[in-house]
Amino acid sequence: MNTSPITEPTEFAIEAKGLSKHFGNKIAVNKLNLTIPKGSIYGFLGPNGCGKSTSIRLLTGLLEASEGNVSILGSPLLGHEESLKKRIGYMTQKFSLYDNLTVQENLSFVGAIYGFAGKRKKNRLEELLALYDLEKQAKQFAGSMSGGQKQRLALACATLHSPELLFLDEPTSAVDPENRREFWERLFDLCATGTTILVSTHYMDEAERCHALAILENGNKRADGSPQALMDAMPATVVEVSGNKLRQLKQTLTQHPEILSAAQIGAHLRVLVKKKVQDPLNFISQLSNGRETVLARPSLEDVFVTCTGDRYVD
Amino acid sequence: MWIRVYAIFIKELKQLSRDRMTFGMIIMIPLVQLMLFGYAINTDARHINVGLVDLSQTSESRAVEQALVATQSVDFIARYRSIKEAEVAITKGEIRAVLYLPADMTRRLFNHPLYDNKQADSALTLPIGQWIVDGSDTVITSTIRTLRNMPLNEVANHTVTRSSPSFEVVQYFNPEQRTVVNIVPGLVAVILTMTMILFTSSAIVRESEQGNMEFLITTPVRSIELMIGKIAPYVLVGLLQVAIILSVGQWLFSVPIKGSFLSLLGSSILFIFASLTLGLVLSTIAKTQLQSMQMTIFILLPSILLSGFMFPYDAMPVAAQWIAEALPVTHFMRMIRAIALRDASLLLLGKDALWLGLFTVGGIVIASLRFKKTLG
Ligand SMILES: Nc1ncnc2c1ncn2[C@@H]1O[C@H](COP(=O)(O)OP(=O)(O)OP(=O)(O)O)[C@@H](O)[C@H]1O
Ligand SMILES: [Mg+2]
Repeated sequence: MNTSPITEPTEFAIEAKGLSKHFGNKIAVNKLNLTIPKGSIYGFLGPNGCGKSTSIRLLTGLLEASEGNVSILGSPLLGHEESLKKRIGYMTQKFSLYDNLTVQENLSFVGAIYGFAGKRKKNRLEELLALYDLEKQAKQFAGSMSGGQKQRLALACATLHSPELLFLDEPTSAVDPENRREFWERLFDLCATGTTILVSTHYMDEAERCHALAILENGNKRADGSPQALMDAMPATVVEVSGNKLRQLKQTLTQHPEILSAAQIGAHLRVLVKKKVQDPLNFISQLSNGRETVLARPSLEDVFVTCTGDRYVD
Repeated sequence: MWIRVYAIFIKELKQLSRDRMTFGMIIMIPLVQLMLFGYAINTDARHINVGLVDLSQTSESRAVEQALVATQSVDFIARYRSIKEAEVAITKGEIRAVLYLPADMTRRLFNHPLYDNKQADSALTLPIGQWIVDGSDTVITSTIRTLRNMPLNEVANHTVTRSSPSFEVVQYFNPEQRTVVNIVPGLVAVILTMTMILFTSSAIVRESEQGNMEFLITTPVRSIELMIGKIAPYVLVGLLQVAIILSVGQWLFSVPIKGSFLSLLGSSILFIFASLTLGLVLSTIAKTQLQSMQMTIFILLPSILLSGFMFPYDAMPVAAQWIAEALPVTHFMRMIRAIALRDASLLLLGKDALWLGLFTVGGIVIASLRFKKTLG
């Protein structure tokens, strides 16, 4: 036993340096650096094929990295994959439980795999069925459940052994907004008990709930930080233009090199102007023949647009 | 460790029992194959369709025809006026052979040394008739060949002094010479090869294909646990199939089971393990269920053709015998026939048993080395 004062607990659940993965010539993840503090909810935000799943597979030890170092919960991933497996949970993007087993049987199987038996297993299963509102479906085949129910079952299985670190790969892609809220309530509950959660998504509203997030594109990390910090540090100003013939205006505006994007939202045109433009209101006003312009609060979507696509700002 | 193996085992059994198609196949494959092979495979050909060109048109020629029909070897289904016509029919495949009886057949018959005591000079002997055979099928050819020396005493109204044979043959174990007696135990070997390899090779691949593997390998399951748990249910399946084939074989075809139950069980288990590990090795190579199916067929064909199931092992060239020796099924084919038909004990068949054991150990080592707990 170590009698010296408790050693400083590692404060990071995940630390990655220069993590890369190549599939042949294709670079799926390019020199990813991450530091994710314990007890937080961290998001991967990015479009299809940007490398979210690949990054998660690298961090869980499912794929071998081409380059880079990863340490998970204080120990290097390389060489500790097996011992770490008891401490992490993983919910795959594609439903990965057995369609022709019932909810109860699936949970029971996963429980046995994690070494639960007898009374302890029974209690844990009851607890999870109640927590994830699956009691009525206990005897139903997993294959015949709705998307949201499947998602809850998958989360129940991934958290059965109370992991310290939980990876969720697009957990809410088949879930309606109401159930998504519910789902996120559960995640915050887990977070409150000290679980670190890494969640990938392509929904802005979900990304906004994370303590911190990374925006990924084509295997590169374009930006990271808390949603607020990202919005504050956004290298562009948001200007809303109102008036008529917005579609033509959009055409002319997007051709200008100082304008990152223009998107129609209802009766407004939301224009992102590079920060280096001194007086954006006046600038847009002139470009749009004196239409009414107002400054708007940046949203996470604006951040996303600013740092992805071919006009992204470094 | 065993709690996880048990969990996988139970899970696999449950899935198997719910997969109606697979479950049906486990029972239907042995039954249907048994019927097919038991009734259809017969190496002594009978009722071969043949034609007749009878230029003699005498009561003797009709008597010859009747004598041939009485052997049940051939059925005369057509008559032709000339050899030319008959040859066309053979080419078309309507008949497999034709009997040509020349116009002077009666004279030839009575001048034949066998039936004519006065004429001892065999130099003058002419054959009574001629068989023209489609020689591409060797089984048919050899059946027709056996008709060469068919005695025609009754036709010639003559009794000959029978020559006594040089050897006497005593037939042990299958006195009635029924092919099915040899087929049924052999079928156990072939069907087990097919189902055991196919089920295991696709069992692991299925997990990857349906995405279950991605979750499984982030759990503390070890590859050896996964493998044992996944193949264990199929040991039961294999034993069930052995029981079905042997008992239905006994019931329908009266194929005896002479050997002891323990020897039968022991050899079956050894072979099931060897086949299952072969399937496991294949599953570490295949990426999709289709690929695992193709590889199974790749193994299955030599298993049927070279194992001694269809053709006697001893008659094969040495190279083929080497290939056959490498296949577990050849050893089991020997063992199960010896045990079921000749009451051999497992100890008497030590060499074959040892090979199956070694094959299993080697297979497990290779499969565990090849199976990596990572994706891609
Ligand atoms: N096994 C593989 N072999 C080759 N290329 C791969 C492999 N896995 C992923 N890729 C490629 O790597 C890139 C990133 O894929 P990944 O699955 O990580 O994307 P994603 O962000 O999860 O996308 P989605 O939102 O659609 O799930 C893609 O371009 C994909 O084609
Ligand atoms: Mg993905």
